[in-house]
Amino acid sequence: MSEPVLILEAVRKSFGALKVTDDVSLSVAPGELHALIGPNGAGKTTLVHQISGMLKPDSGAIRFRGEDISALTPEKRARRGLARTFQITSTIASLSVLENVALGVQARAAHPLSLFRNAARDAALNRPALAALEAVGLADRAEVPAGRLSHGEKRALELAMALALEPTAILLDEPLAGVGREEGERLIELLSSLKGRYAMLLVEHDMAAVFALADKVSVLVYGRVIASGEPAAVRADAAVREAYLGEEG
Amino acid sequence: MSTAPALAETAAAPAPRRHIRLLLPILLFGLLALAPLAVSLGMPAGWLALLTRAMIFAIAALSLDLILGVGGLVSFGHAAFLGIGAYVTGIMITEGRAEALLILPVVLGICALFAAVTGAICLRTRGVTFIMITLAFGQMVYFLAQALSAYGGDDGLTLYEKSTVAGLDLFSTRTGFFYCVLAALAGCYVLVRILVASRFGRILRAARENPVRVSVTGFDVTRIRLIAYVISGMVAGIAGFFLANHTDFVSPAFMSWQRSGELIFMTVLGGVGSLHGAIIGAIAYLIAEDALSHLTEHWRVIFGPMIVLFVLFTRGGIVGMIRKLGGGGGA
Ligand SMILES: Nc1ncnc2c1ncn2[C@@H]1O[C@H](COP(=O)(O)OP(=O)(O)OP(=O)(O)O)[C@@H](O)[C@H]1O
Ligand SMILES: [Mg+2]
Repeated sequence: MSEPVLILEAVRKSFGALKVTDDVSLSVAPGELHALIGPNGAGKTTLVHQISGMLKPDSGAIRFRGEDISALTPEKRARRGLARTFQITSTIASLSVLENVALGVQARAAHPLSLFRNAARDAALNRPALAALEAVGLADRAEVPAGRLSHGEKRALELAMALALEPTAILLDEPLAGVGREEGERLIELLSSLKGRYAMLLVEHDMAAVFALADKVSVLVYGRVIASGEPAAVRADAAVREAYLGEEG
Repeated sequence: MSTAPALAETAAAPAPRRHIRLLLPILLFGLLALAPLAVSLGMPAGWLALLTRAMIFAIAALSLDLILGVGGLVSFGHAAFLGIGAYVTGIMITEGRAEALLILPVVLGICALFAAVTGAICLRTRGVTFIMITLAFGQMVYFLAQALSAYGGDDGLTLYEKSTVAGLDLFSTRTGFFYCVLAALAGCYVLVRILVASRFGRILRAARENPVRVSVTGFDVTRIRLIAYVISGMVAGIAGFFLANHTDFVSPAFMSWQRSGELIFMTVLGGVGSLHGAIIGAIAYLIAEDALSHLTEHWRVIFGPMIVLFVLFTRGGIVGMIRKLGGGGGA
């Protein structure tokens, strides 16, 4: 077994009296897809925010590629190879689809903030960005402003923006949220094609997707991990069935 | 899948739209370049001085547009940079150092320093707090200028000499000075436009819309805004240099909060974010101010509401209106 890329150690976070993250420890191995499931309000998004640096845990440690990143800003975590997507689509609406993806390419370029060279006509940015768009099937929409994409296309763009960073690990916060059956199936296929190349933490409500994709499943309820392990074992777990799966079918 | 080879061309805005975007600024600068001709054909000479003044404020409004329109940062202390530029110029001329090639580097240096220090503090805040803190720094410089008793204090400082450029007496004729200001305005416009289209500019634009996304993509948003703030302050300082040479006088009033407000007005009036909008706004503002102040001494009472109504109804300012007239669509 190789060393995990991402390790959470006893992470805790409260909003006032509400414990949103309650002593969470979990790890994701290189190339592994670790699904995080749990009912609405369980604290999944809040956990992803803490891993990506948008929120600070009250205590505990987050290790990424052997380094404690708990005190780092989101931009530093991203530059170390930790990418994320958002449950509520978060793109730059007025920039074109290609430009949105090129942001990530630019972040890892030699001169990410050069002042004078035109960015829109910069093949060093556009070529890898287009490759990421091709990977998610959005290449033909490259010139459209991101704000004009359909909901499903926006979800694919979110994914392309994360891929453009060439990350080691990707945090996926409900990539299938709100997409129709057909688009959902395409996204699931896409995620499965990414398996093995990136360490992924997948937050998802779609149980069919989770059990089709995950190498490992953890169940979060009221901020606590109540079960973690092989998908089949988690599915059979009595506590999980009672707390969560039972009501969802 | 077949778009890759054509990428270099397709990645920029489609060619026809790009030409339309260039049309307005080319027309604008073309008309400005012809203005002295109109005076020799019989327009009153005072008109050229008014236009010169308008172009000087256009440089300042343009610089403000970089942070306000492009970066989304409403600075209410921008006149401080105009004032610093004017005071440095005034003081150096008074001390017998009138050469522009000597003054401008000092102006740029001091403005950059002031912007870096105050910007680092202001940019820790957001929204209304940002507006209030920039206002506070602006007032700080205003009171500092009032306290400069060696250089006129409250009464201001009269200049008995104009700057030379590389030893040449370019500023002494009205037309000569006009073209120098026009050249500076055009230079600043091109420079800022290049900045906005660069990698840096793209991140600045993206951060206006969605700073969270930009930071999780690996960029330090505060640092990028600080760079923009410093550049913006430096360009405004250049406007101050020309203002001092235009009025032969500098006073604390150059950096009052009302001045900062006027700069915001000009930028919004022209249409934020397009850069030439700020130029058009500044020129329209100063011409309207001049015309109304001839009509009545209570012109401010008419002028203020007029601008507010105009901006409310056009949404997008003068440039937005032109775009709508010029055939719908567009951004
Ligand atoms: N900034 C905040 N301040 C206070 N409470 C918050 C804050 N953010 C989230 N919460 C609360 O924390 C709990 C966990 O929210 P979170 O969004 O992490 O849940 P989730 O598991 O992602 O749910 P969903 O499946 O609906 O996306 C919720 O009860 C929510 O109301
Ligand atoms: Mg959530």
